[in-house]
Amino acid sequence: MPINKEFKPKIVAFCCNWCSYAGADLAGSSRLAYPADVKIIKVPCSCRVNPMFILRAFEKGADGVIMCGCHPGDCHYSTGNYYARRRMTLLFSMLDYMGVENGRTRVEWVSAAEGVKFSTTMNEFVEKIYSLGENVRLGDLRCKK
Amino acid sequence: MQKIVERAKELLADGTVNRVLGWKKGDMCFNPEPAFFETAEDLDENFVYGGFCGANLSKYMIDASKLEGKTLVLLKPCDTYSFNQLINEHRVDREKAYIIGVGCKGKLNIETIKQSGVKGILNITENGDMLNIETLYGNTEMKYSDALLERCHVCKGKEHKIYDELIGESQDTSDRERFAEVEKIEKMSPEEKFAFFQKELSKCIRCNACRNVCPACSCRKCVFDSTKFDSSQKANTDSFEEKMFHIIRAFHVAGRCTDCGECSRVCPQGIPLHLFNRKFIKDINEFYGEYQAGADVDAKGPLTEYTFGDCEPSIVKERG
Repeated sequence: MPINKEFKPKIVAFCCNWCSYAGADLAGSSRLAYPADVKIIKVPCSCRVNPMFILRAFEKGADGVIMCGCHPGDCHYSTGNYYARRRMTLLFSMLDYMGVENGRTRVEWVSAAEGVKFSTTMNEFVEKIYSLGENVRLGDLRCKK
Repeated sequence: MQKIVERAKELLADGTVNRVLGWKKGDMCFNPEPAFFETAEDLDENFVYGGFCGANLSKYMIDASKLEGKTLVLLKPCDTYSFNQLINEHRVDREKAYIIGVGCKGKLNIETIKQSGVKGILNITENGDMLNIETLYGNTEMKYSDALLERCHVCKGKEHKIYDELIGESQDTSDRERFAEVEKIEKMSPEEKFAFFQKELSKCIRCNACRNVCPACSCRKCVFDSTKFDSSQKANTDSFEEKMFHIIRAFHVAGRCTDCGECSRVCPQGIPLHLFNRKFIKDINEFYGEYQAGADVDAKGPLTEYTFGDCEPSIVKERG
């Protein structure tokens, strides 16, 4: 695939209200930079992220989707992220099974105190998406030719 | 079959059950349909049980549980897993069901017979290990074991998990590795995987038969019927819908799917839908320990449970 210099990825980040969103806030107030390609969607808990949200983000043209939540054991609702972890493992495995590059999805646990981790994670992830290029597979499963 | 009808008539006559849930003759010998019978005459006339009675009747018990009186339901060994799973989810009432476990020596797939080159089928009769096929162009024979459904080749065993009484003999049909197909796809490169699923899923006409037949897929309100959802019940408008539909369909039954294989059996386009469900089952077994939905009435599903030491989603990447 020729490298498209103009390529601007669309990246969706689901962040939980209690840890990761606060972590993103901290990254901002600490003046840590992360790419503007990342669009953050605040959710009450990582467990709120229905696997369909991730698929829908891809359907609407996202090139990568990352989900951030509290560290296991630190969930504001005690157990939400444990359930989310199982769901996402299965969903990512299924996407991989269907031939979608597994670098396009990621789960990272970011606490409210980890502004640095948030910014490095996002930088890494965006770089990865740049190297993978545009998400053509998920947009075009049906034979169009 | 005669034994079943006689016993069903007895139970109807003495008032133990109000109706019988079984299979009735279809237009052709190879498409019997699930049906309720309320009288002995009806049973005599229309009831049928044979190699083509593959339909899983446990889903019909959801509706039958709301009717008055007991329903006699005929379940094959693999159907009892689905029934157990429905009890687990409080969708059927065990007290409203009188279960006769019927013997199963594998169910037949008409598509396999047709694909073997047999055309103009008029009638098919079972004769021991052989099938006598009457066609417009003369008679022919086929081995029973060559015409089995895919799910029967990977049979979970012929033990009924739940029943009130048993009628008929079963015969083991399992002769393939359950996850062999899934493993084959896993070994492909991403491009090959993608091409494979594109080829299969582009056949989908969104008839929703796989959803309607699935005993695990029994919500009263379904996300695919919602007009607000992008993958609602309609012909596809964009390329991603099919894929999304199939991932979501499989995901909704992940951890609850008993691998009864009904989805693949009913697909009019012949899409191997069990590959999705079986992938989830394989992953669940690998990541969270062996689990067979429906084997135990009181079991907790793998997606409604967790342990502190569960693997991280990045395992997918590490596994390669």
